[in-house]
Amino acid sequence: MRSRFHQELDELRARLLRMGGLAEQAVDRACQAYIDRDLKRCHMVLEGETQINLVEREIDEMSFDLLAMQQPMAVDLRFILAVSKINADLERVGDQAVNIAERVMDMVELPKVDLPVDIPRMATAVSAMVRRALESFIEGKAELAQAVLEMDNVVDRMKNDAFITLVKAMNERPDITRQALDALLIARNLERVADHATNIAEDVIFWVRGADVRHNAPQQEEPPQTSVSQAATEPH
Amino acid sequence: MGVGIQVDKLNAWFGKTQALQEINMTVAANHATAVIGPSGCGKSTFVRCLNRMHETIPEARATGRVRIGDMDVYNGSSATHIRRRIGMVFQKPNPFPTMSIYDNVAAGLKLNGFRDRKRLDEIVERSLTYAALFTEVKDTMHKKSGASLSGGQQQRLCIARALAVEPQVLLMDEPCSALDPISTGKIEELIFQLKERFTIVIVTHNMQQASRVAEFTGFFLLGKLIEFDKTEKIFTNPSDKRTEDYITGRFG
Repeated sequence: MRSRFHQELDELRARLLRMGGLAEQAVDRACQAYIDRDLKRCHMVLEGETQINLVEREIDEMSFDLLAMQQPMAVDLRFILAVSKINADLERVGDQAVNIAERVMDMVELPKVDLPVDIPRMATAVSAMVRRALESFIEGKAELAQAVLEMDNVVDRMKNDAFITLVKAMNERPDITRQALDALLIARNLERVADHATNIAEDVIFWVRGADVRHNAPQQEEPPQTSVSQAATEPH
Repeated sequence: MGVGIQVDKLNAWFGKTQALQEINMTVAANHATAVIGPSGCGKSTFVRCLNRMHETIPEARATGRVRIGDMDVYNGSSATHIRRRIGMVFQKPNPFPTMSIYDNVAAGLKLNGFRDRKRLDEIVERSLTYAALFTEVKDTMHKKSGASLSGGQQQRLCIARALAVEPQVLLMDEPCSALDPISTGKIEELIFQLKERFTIVIVTHNMQQASRVAEFTGFFLLGKLIEFDKTEKIFTNPSDKRTEDYITGRFG
């Protein structure tokens, strides 16, 4: 039995969950800051990025050490590779939250205007994607991850709709161009967060099933299992 | 050139204890196939059945069919003839201690009555070259004893000895378990090159070694072949939970 190694995998999992919590919190704070035009929350997002970057490095170092020292195989190897990639995606989610916060800080400086875009609705959908992607990781369930992939199209449509309506608004009312541009960039940032959630879900599927579903890649073989009940992160 | 091995319904016993149960396996010619599994799972017994070494143990017996190329191992072929076509390398290097390096390699041929000195020289040189040992021993091979070599060199000498009789299959039973990482690296590199000429079956406890040298891997457990597949499949995404639990260290 390699109990020490498996304890370290549990520790790696716990750290990634902490990273996920920080990234999710950053997006939620940034979106709430948009709704409330709240500069205090914007600053919290900016300050939180340091912590996200720190945890990202810790997870990278731990993954690297485990790969080098333990030579993991099969589900353990897939788990560490997935953690490493999810870690990078979560760090980028944190960056997108910072971008949103910076846009909100710009918007707060400008007169408040009614824009023909429902950013809070889009934010709710994106937050749900991030949350579900992380849940699929916690549960080790490919089915949950699959559901996240299907949500991505909805967010893409929301972003495209936002682009069309906001560009139209800018043409009709040049005086609100800056506010509309900020909203447009926020919509794009949210869409990017959704893309990262999608990547996370794909990595969970890779970990659980050993299947590469990126870029609609066809599955070469039938998945041997749909969950990892005794896999890397479970107590042994 | 190497030949393929076809194993059908192979069973083996030590007295009343069944060591192998209904093993079916196809070993591809000119490839390396690794056999892995926990201690006592039957992997060494399996390879020893391929060249009928198993039956040399008192009360040991085997049933089933093993074909090496066009040769039926358990039906109509003598054990001596089979072992001439299937070389074997063991865990611990076992050169003949009183013989020179040259005589160690030539021993099998001489035992078979081969006396053509010039031809013998050619075969010894070629075998030592195949075993990546010739350049290290060419000046001393007539004077120095095989036992005077380092452990890694002794194992390569044993490989050269096995190759000298021009087998089609080379069985290796944990050939690197007594060697340091440098010697192990040399043997692994050698396996990689030997595949061009021979079919190799290697038993190993070292899963990294299996993943480095073998194209196919079979996982044995309690005398049964649990899973047999391409090595990358076995070590990245095995189909059977028992295989996964073993290679990830969850038991064994």
